[in-house]
Amino acid sequence: MSDMTPPTIEGATGPWEVVLGLEVHAQVASRAKLFSGAAVGFGGAPNSQVSLVDAAMPGMLPVINRRCVEQAVITGLGLNAKINLWSRFDRKNYFYPDLPQGYQISQYKDPIVGEGVLEVERDDGSLFSVRIERLHLEQDAGKSIHDIDPDHTLVDLNRAGTALMEIVSYPDMRSSEEAAAYVRKLRSILRYLGTCDGDLEKGNLRADVNVSVRRPGEPYGTRCEIKNVNSYRYIQQAIEFEARRQIAILEDGGTIDQETRLFDPSKGETRSMRSKEEAQDYRYFPDPDLLPLELDPDWVEAIRAALPELPDAKRARFVSQYGLTAYDAGVLAADRARADFFETAAAGRDAKLVANWVTNELAAGLTRDGLEIEASPVSAVDIADLVRLIEEGVISSKIAREVFEHMWAGEGAPSAIVEARGLRQVSDVGALEALIEALIAANPGQAAAVRAKPQAVGWFVGQVMRETGGKANPGAVNQILRAKLGVEDPAG
Amino acid sequence: MPLDAQTVRKVAKLACLKIPEARLAPLAEELSGILAWIEQLDEVDVTGVEPMTSAVAIRLPMREDVVTEGGDAAAILANAPARHDGFFSVPKVVE
Repeated sequence: MSDMTPPTIEGATGPWEVVLGLEVHAQVASRAKLFSGAAVGFGGAPNSQVSLVDAAMPGMLPVINRRCVEQAVITGLGLNAKINLWSRFDRKNYFYPDLPQGYQISQYKDPIVGEGVLEVERDDGSLFSVRIERLHLEQDAGKSIHDIDPDHTLVDLNRAGTALMEIVSYPDMRSSEEAAAYVRKLRSILRYLGTCDGDLEKGNLRADVNVSVRRPGEPYGTRCEIKNVNSYRYIQQAIEFEARRQIAILEDGGTIDQETRLFDPSKGETRSMRSKEEAQDYRYFPDPDLLPLELDPDWVEAIRAALPELPDAKRARFVSQYGLTAYDAGVLAADRARADFFETAAAGRDAKLVANWVTNELAAGLTRDGLEIEASPVSAVDIADLVRLIEEGVISSKIAREVFEHMWAGEGAPSAIVEARGLRQVSDVGALEALIEALIAANPGQAAAVRAKPQAVGWFVGQVMRETGGKANPGAVNQILRAKLGVEDPAG
Repeated sequence: MPLDAQTVRKVAKLACLKIPEARLAPLAEELSGILAWIEQLDEVDVTGVEPMTSAVAIRLPMREDVVTEGGDAAAILANAPARHDGFFSVPKVVE
């Protein structure tokens, strides 16, 4: 759903358009599993977070976790989607060792959340919409481990029964960049809502990517589904490879087989996962162990009323309330912790200056040390204090960067560092005048040059800064120099 | 809706059941009989009747988000034919 002409890939016989739809699996943030009281968590000893329900012992019955239902409703509302007050669970039947029930409890025809829409920003700042088809709740499977025992597969059921939200988009994306931008936006919203931690490395957010190609203006081509891609880079690589593969087949006069494929990050390619004669037939049917899920409309409205401010709204507010550029506002609003950090620091201060410090020095330090903003060694209060020192003319912006490095190293509050290290800016006009007079007297040639060509005053400014260790107030220095040398400010 | 042997073979495969070739045709006949018996219900006019989801008029019971189970890998693994360092050990599954 692009507002612009969709991008194309040039094949040997002309341009092709790539059509992409995503199914994102987001692990629900909850303490216990979807249908049992076993703990949800990563890294536990094998089979230590498993109830008899998760292990599918005979006679065990599922009882749904209210919090997981609530999280799905919160997410649906955050995606501007329709909440279905009546939904139902179905069994998706297949055999695999890490699925002890022999079926996954999922939602097939009647999902808890229906259609919605997401506004997504491209790298160049332009916007496009991705329509959400549905969101449903389902169980995750256990984990099969193939590389410990050469002759056996080992199974850990700790993950079995954990609640997942499967978020299905319409095929509204037209490039790998758009697909990655969509996942980023989705992750940002999930983290704002607190319904999924969005941890890609742990597999708590993973995407199945549906890829097809067509000539511009023609109907959709046959699609292939690439399973379980769990990083932005892999999503882009998998799409690029798969689109090229399909274009090559079609240009050779072949046809695309609808199939499931796996992305191999080490080779950067996709390969067929299942042969056609084993095409899956999941024989969905309503789970007789579970009654339909009926939601009270008042409960849904109460959840809607309590939704936090989401990234789009926050970004717009940052622009209007603090006068930030759309770009800075977007960078700050994309992550809730970063946005909160900024607002704490900006209270009563020059907000644009605070935004610069958060998006530049602080962001660079965090990236360099591999830290999340929650673990920043420099607090929001410290940034506010630093900006106050700049505003009050106690230190220059240049010295502030030096102070920031000491703050990062854990030397304490900025004002204490300025005092301890003697970094206070010299604004004392008398002291500066004396210094400047001495410099002019010692360098008559340079003084004559400035009188002939006022721009040459920079040489004297440099000398003053050197003499004062960079602590002289640049405005005061310029003013005094021009007065003593009798030249006009070229800018003024 | 009579079933043919081919359909029975497919259903058996999906259900992980091994059916000898000679049993497919007789099974198809038996299953077709069962289906035909159930299809008698099609004679009832259910126009305007909502599909029934439960015999009792109660809502889906829910649990609170509290950890109440787990922490007993030994019990979970008690009936496993084979184990390995706390894991279930099963015949190699090739991806």
